[in-house]
Amino acid sequence: MSLVACENVKKTYWQGKVEVPALRGVSLAVEEGGFVALCGPSGSGKTTMLNIIGGLDVADSGRVVVDENDYQNMSQTQMAAMRLNKIGFVFQAYNLIPVLSAVENVEFVMLLQGVPAAERRERATAMLDEVGLSGKYHRRPSELSGGQQQRVAVARAIVSNPSIVLADEPTANLDSKTGTGLLEMMREMNQKRKVTFIFSTHDDLVMDFARRLVHIRDGQVAEDSVKEK
Amino acid sequence: MFCIMAWRNIWRNTRRTAVILTAIVIGVWSMILLGSLMRGMLTTMVENGIATLTGHVQVHAKGYRADPVIENSMTSPGRAEAAVNKLLPPGGHWTARVRVNAVASNARHASGVTLVGIDPAKEAKVSFIGRAVNKGRYLKPEDKYGVVVGKALLDKFETRLGHKLVVMSQDTTKQIASRAFTIVGVFRADLEATEKEFIFITMPAAQDMLKLKDGVSEIAVLLPKEDGVAAFAQGLSSALPGSYEVQTWQELQPMLEAYLSIFNGFIAIWNLVIFIAMAFGIVNTTLMAVYERIREFGLLKALGMKPRWIVQEVLTQSLFLLLLGMALGNLLAWLSIRALSGGIDLSAFAAGAEYFGMSRVIFPEIAAGDVVLANVVVFFLGLLVSAYPALKASRFTPVKALAHN
Repeated sequence: MSLVACENVKKTYWQGKVEVPALRGVSLAVEEGGFVALCGPSGSGKTTMLNIIGGLDVADSGRVVVDENDYQNMSQTQMAAMRLNKIGFVFQAYNLIPVLSAVENVEFVMLLQGVPAAERRERATAMLDEVGLSGKYHRRPSELSGGQQQRVAVARAIVSNPSIVLADEPTANLDSKTGTGLLEMMREMNQKRKVTFIFSTHDDLVMDFARRLVHIRDGQVAEDSVKEK
Repeated sequence: MFCIMAWRNIWRNTRRTAVILTAIVIGVWSMILLGSLMRGMLTTMVENGIATLTGHVQVHAKGYRADPVIENSMTSPGRAEAAVNKLLPPGGHWTARVRVNAVASNARHASGVTLVGIDPAKEAKVSFIGRAVNKGRYLKPEDKYGVVVGKALLDKFETRLGHKLVVMSQDTTKQIASRAFTIVGVFRADLEATEKEFIFITMPAAQDMLKLKDGVSEIAVLLPKEDGVAAFAQGLSSALPGSYEVQTWQELQPMLEAYLSIFNGFIAIWNLVIFIAMAFGIVNTTLMAVYERIREFGLLKALGMKPRWIVQEVLTQSLFLLLLGMALGNLLAWLSIRALSGGIDLSAFAAGAEYFGMSRVIFPEIAAGDVVLANVVVFFLGLLVSAYPALKASRFTPVKALAHN
């Protein structure tokens, strides 16, 4: 069974009095361990799709099942628990809590999960080491570069052992070298830990790294291709 | 970690935090300081009222209060004195007085006064007169023709120590009684009106002049504690027959009692006004802080933080601000009250102050209840008004919040 299964998902937004159909019936399945990029131009619906998979937004119609949890029957509280325990997020910007240090940011999700303090610290520091931020545990986000901040965000997303990590334009504010480093790290996480990554992007760099490309155009899947190994 | 987040978030914008802290500090400080000044005013008003021959409780013959003439005196005060002695708690004192309206005159002036015949030793323990004589001397029990007058009366009559003062009144035979006294002492009082109104002679001198024999006009009692007054009066009233009247100082000075109610109400209104002004500041500033963190709240919700935890985090921020502000406000109030412990001189407003029975110097007085009330009001209402921004923060949807510019 697919880790993520979306059937005929539709979503419409209102901009003032104008109705804007963001998704016009998207069906998508992602297997465990996938490294998938949802690509398309701005306004194509890729971020909307990602938000719906992540439980940040609710589809108007259609079915969304993530890790055997059908979103249709879930309350807001259950969705919050889903995001906390099963899904990791990496956003384009403003990923980190400004007043917490790097290690505290990574610990934060574990804190919400109720992990004891000693274990939180141990896992958080180990994860920061893994993403290449040894010795920078106590730096605040304002003291880290953009790339380092994204690495902390990835560490936070993965440390709680989620089923999937959803990354929305993670390289948008990074230069190509930094972006490449970040993607290499994420690919390594995917391969080593078997964490499923789904990206929303229009960055060629991300598309190069992805093993599967789902092109979304005007709210529909235009093309779905797996790269040859 | 929520506490750590809340504490650190307070200092993200130090200027804004300073503004809101200033509002809380000033609010708490002004509530306590003004409360202490008003309490001090009230205390001096009550103390002046009680010390100015009122005492905590008085006993009269029935009808005396309605018509305080010499004929309505207690002709045989022994029973009342015995009852007072029996019920008097340790630390309490009592004295008997003769009190009549009279006219005092000398070669230059004449004025209506209240002639008070006292037992000097007992009176000194009950009213102000024992410590108020600052020129000449206090009355001695054997003084037949000595009188102690107020400084203001002395000045008004353009006379001085050692000179004569003729006192005239009506005696028990309804004849004019008149006697010349020698001014042996001059007293000062907080109120100039007191200095002009009362003249003191010994009780035997008064009884002799007025042909009162052993009669007295009143028995005044000073109790060790304010809160025992009502019970004492009730007990005394029950112990005495219906030919006597027992009144508390509140009944004897209804105007003073009314002032107390007004002041207490004023303190409550003042606290409310201060708090409302402060509350707008707290709500406004906390709301600004919340809106600045919209994206952060979106992130927190996206990560799975429950709405009630977001409410808790924002309220914890307010809690820290309130506690810090309250601590500083209390400290500032304490320092201010210490600095003013020597009193605030209201001589410039003497006429107005005297109208209310206040002395010329006000000493701030901290009442534990006022301090507790100020802090409790600020704390709980401060948290209450912070609930709105906190709830606002918890209701941001992650998608909209993260997309907020």
